[in-house]
Amino acid sequence: MGKDKKKDKGHVRAVPPPAPQDAHERNPGMPLQLDWVRDVRINRSAVERRAATIPTRRSVKKEWQAAWYLRAIACTDLTTLAGDDTPGRVRRLCAKARRPVRQDLLDAMGVGDLDLRVAAVCVYHEMIPTALDALEGSGIPVAAVAAGFPAGLSPLHERIKEVEASVAAGAEEIDIVINRAHLFTGNWQAMYDEVKAFRQACGDAHLKTILATGDLQLLRNIARASLVCMMAGADFIKTSTGKEAVNATLPVTLVMVRMIRAYLERTGHRVGFKAAGGIRSAKQTLGYLALMKDELPRDYLEPELFRFGASTLVSDLERQLEHFVTGRYSAEFRHPLA
Amino acid sequence: MTSVAEIFHSMDYGPAPESDGPARQWLARHDAKFGLFIDGRWQDPDTGKHFDSIDPATGKVLGRVAQAGEASVDAAVKAARRAQPGWAALGGHGRARHLYALARMVQRHSRLLATLESLDNGKPIRETRDIDIPLVARHFYHHAGWAQLMDTELPGMAPLGVVGQVIPWNFPLLMLAWKVAPALAAGNTVVLKPAEFTSLTALLFAELAAQAGLPPGVLNLVTGDGSTGALIVAHDDIDKVAFTGSTEVGRIIRKATAGQGKHLTLELGGKSPFIVFNDADLDSAVEGVVDAIWFNQGQVCCAGSRLLLQEDIAEAMIAKLEVRMEALRIGNPLDKCIDIGAIVAPVQLRRVEALVAQGVSEGATLFQPSWACPKEGCFYPPTLLTNVQPAATLAQEEVFGPVLVAMTFRTPDEAVEIANNTRYGLAASVWSESINLALDVAPRLCAGVVWINSTNMFDAACGFGGYRESGFGREGGIEGMMAYLEPAFVHGLPRYEDPAPPPERAGPAAVGEGLPSIDRTPKLYVGGKQKRPDGGYSRPVLGPDGALVGEVGEGNRKDVRDAVEAAAAALGWASAATHTRAQILYYVAENLEARADEFARRLVAMTGASRAAADREVQATVSRLFSYGAWADKFEGRVHSPPMRNVTIAMNEPIGVVGITCPDDAPLLSFVSLWAPAVATGNTVVVIPSERYPLCATDFYQVLDTSDVPGGVINIVTGEREGLTRVLAAHDRVDAYWYVGPKPGSKLVETLSVGNMKRTWVNNGRRRDWFDRQQGEGREFMRHAVQVKNIWVPYGE
Repeated sequence: MGKDKKKDKGHVRAVPPPAPQDAHERNPGMPLQLDWVRDVRINRSAVERRAATIPTRRSVKKEWQAAWYLRAIACTDLTTLAGDDTPGRVRRLCAKARRPVRQDLLDAMGVGDLDLRVAAVCVYHEMIPTALDALEGSGIPVAAVAAGFPAGLSPLHERIKEVEASVAAGAEEIDIVINRAHLFTGNWQAMYDEVKAFRQACGDAHLKTILATGDLQLLRNIARASLVCMMAGADFIKTSTGKEAVNATLPVTLVMVRMIRAYLERTGHRVGFKAAGGIRSAKQTLGYLALMKDELPRDYLEPELFRFGASTLVSDLERQLEHFVTGRYSAEFRHPLA
Repeated sequence: MTSVAEIFHSMDYGPAPESDGPARQWLARHDAKFGLFIDGRWQDPDTGKHFDSIDPATGKVLGRVAQAGEASVDAAVKAARRAQPGWAALGGHGRARHLYALARMVQRHSRLLATLESLDNGKPIRETRDIDIPLVARHFYHHAGWAQLMDTELPGMAPLGVVGQVIPWNFPLLMLAWKVAPALAAGNTVVLKPAEFTSLTALLFAELAAQAGLPPGVLNLVTGDGSTGALIVAHDDIDKVAFTGSTEVGRIIRKATAGQGKHLTLELGGKSPFIVFNDADLDSAVEGVVDAIWFNQGQVCCAGSRLLLQEDIAEAMIAKLEVRMEALRIGNPLDKCIDIGAIVAPVQLRRVEALVAQGVSEGATLFQPSWACPKEGCFYPPTLLTNVQPAATLAQEEVFGPVLVAMTFRTPDEAVEIANNTRYGLAASVWSESINLALDVAPRLCAGVVWINSTNMFDAACGFGGYRESGFGREGGIEGMMAYLEPAFVHGLPRYEDPAPPPERAGPAAVGEGLPSIDRTPKLYVGGKQKRPDGGYSRPVLGPDGALVGEVGEGNRKDVRDAVEAAAAALGWASAATHTRAQILYYVAENLEARADEFARRLVAMTGASRAAADREVQATVSRLFSYGAWADKFEGRVHSPPMRNVTIAMNEPIGVVGITCPDDAPLLSFVSLWAPAVATGNTVVVIPSERYPLCATDFYQVLDTSDVPGGVINIVTGEREGLTRVLAAHDRVDAYWYVGPKPGSKLVETLSVGNMKRTWVNNGRRRDWFDRQQGEGREFMRHAVQVKNIWVPYGE
């Protein structure tokens, strides 16, 4: 992680931000290939079996565990998406985003100079200015949810405008949710067109497309939606808004990651993955990190290609890191609130 | 020490070892030297000898294990014999309490058992912790249930007595559970020998079981090498031998026990196909391959070691597989972050290396991941060989290591053909998202277990065991329980050697009236046609007074060969609807009834029985045919319910070609009683009828001809019993053999069966009363006529 990223940022961006350090060509998308989408085959039981053994086949202990926890923090989109969010709440979150782990703990682990911070702060459009201000100079991008989040059912032109407005307000990352109705009605073309329109509206901002996997239910639906979003030019595909009944799970992650791999193999383009919702404990992150590590090339453990979307996760990670440093179990009130 | 910062950047895995402290403490408590566990206590081996048990990951000695000799084995068998009546008398509920206690005990000590197993065998702690030991506990729980229900659900069945069990090193404690749990549940007592490489968890188990209150002598443990196993197998006072291991040793055991009157079940080797169709979820199939051949270092009898790929996805699948192999991790078995541990012993490692070298020399293309194996200890990398044809050594020989060979096919039919192109028949895995395809292919595979879109799934409720040279008998479920039980009446049956009850004799035969009857020359019955014996000889059939009653063809080797070929060609009978088979059997009964008088007169003439007795035999035969007509569409399989989202369909499948040697008593009734259940279940048969009274079988040709029995389903070769039996029992295309007659024939058949390890059912000289419906027909016969195939069908969209 470099220190020289994204300096000098105003609320309205006049020039594109510098590319991330591990720069890669953005996914340009491709024409919708319906035969590929329809050809997808997912065996749920087999996927669940594999997903169940990833955390049991892979274990990291001691220094490795600490480093992996730090990695989880570096890949987290620290998020607040509540109806009662206020600028004050967002400032508190941003402060934690800048310093997610107490400096004394980082020093004790010998990573005091790591410039550890989260990958992004994710808020509603209204909170973009506050977040930009609070994160000024940190190099942490602001991500905004847009396009009728979380239902994605407001008029398309308004959803597109929302994206444009958030980009104009300075969000460098836009998290949109797909219109699930298109999936259930089999209107892949409409889903593709919408996501493509959002991508265009994003300009240089990166587009994360939320599949709302809890709504899609069938793993095959999830795989197909993943493909359509990638074909339409998504930079990330993301599991959940956090508002569905079921959030990110390892089986869903495995399916989406396999689609990312298939897309990479077929097109050469890298699309990132974001697991969002329900990931609250440090231990959970190890399963996701191991899955990314074992299923995809190494660069998929960088924040450019992998994110956790979470609000309270960082606190638990910090608590576990203190345990690593002191050998004593820690308490949540020993760490600054997000 | 690697720094946190370095790891943060590399994101490598690090060591994550499970502590072996408690396991080593247990070893230390025994001074790392063990006796034999006989009659509830540790005893020194008679040989005074011990051998090393080695940790294959390090090559270091874990402990010294006793070598049991003849006197020790004898002491163990005696202890088991003494304990057996009391154990059986405990009743189902009493035994259930003990088995339940064993299950709880395994759970209480699960981590100790898992760690010790990993140390001793070299398998990953992840597998012992998450798979082996939980399955051990589950096996005892499940069988506690069978013990509890035996009295009500399996009435009329009795334990066999003392069971000798010899188990392999690949799943040491799990195989102990598979053997011990059903044996004890059924009321048998056990003498068990663990594999010499991996005796430690069995010793720990025996010690814990005694602490848990298992009565002395119920479970006796003798350790040692193959010679100890041979002593158990050969011991006079063992009623049953159960063995899991190589087909080679299974064959030796079959020979050694031939004619001893021992029950035998064998779970042997395999070269199981893993079939991927072009509509499969390929990424999931790749993980399936990982679980199929890199589980337990590939040292799994049912390992999916032959990868069969539909041609249009073969390249993609191989590419995915190679990528996946790079991500596998090999290393210290106690490390919680590895996939593959150590090969059990240097000798096994050398065998794997030699077979792979041979494969490459035969033209196979080798792929192994780019990373290096640990240099210390017995490690071998995951290996994929492409460019392998069915004719290659590696496509036929079991490697018992992490070595996969890949082949391609064009159509489902070809997939089945290649899959079945093996002497083995243990397991198969079928990958397709089409339920039509998967459920079409599964029954056509010659394998005792078929996993659809899954592999290497095991559960106590589901039967496991092989077809062909992969052995016979099932472990798990009701199928497995039956392997440790027999009908209670069997022990009380008289012997053929005993003086037979005096037959009900009629007076001198009536003299013929006037004209001589038209000559009827019975031939042989092969492929639905009457056929002259190849040798061109006939043999006389004499009546009780020594007068010539008729002549039958003298069948020879070639007649047996032709009959077997006809039977094999008629195996389409297996797929005839059960309703059709039932109708044909009823029709046979109907046509026999129409000729009842003729058959009765023939019985009188041949055997000298009274007319009333002969009438009774004909009527009993008609009734028997009705019984099997009735059974034909009622001997149904089961659906097992393992604890997961899955149904396991246990199908009763015919075995194939069944050879049958009939006794002389009740020559018509015993003849029909033997072939009818085999035919009702879809087998085809080659029958050697009573040598002394063959004419009621040859008279039967016309009954069969008029009853729509398809040609080749029933083939009859008359002649000299022993000579014909010798050829038929040795025939490698015959899949099962039933022998009823004087005792020496039982030994003959069991001995000759080793060529293809055909399943045998012999009477050991015991004489059934064919007129007694309990002894002469029913479930017992039907069970012997089928082999159970367990098809695992995980579901969920």
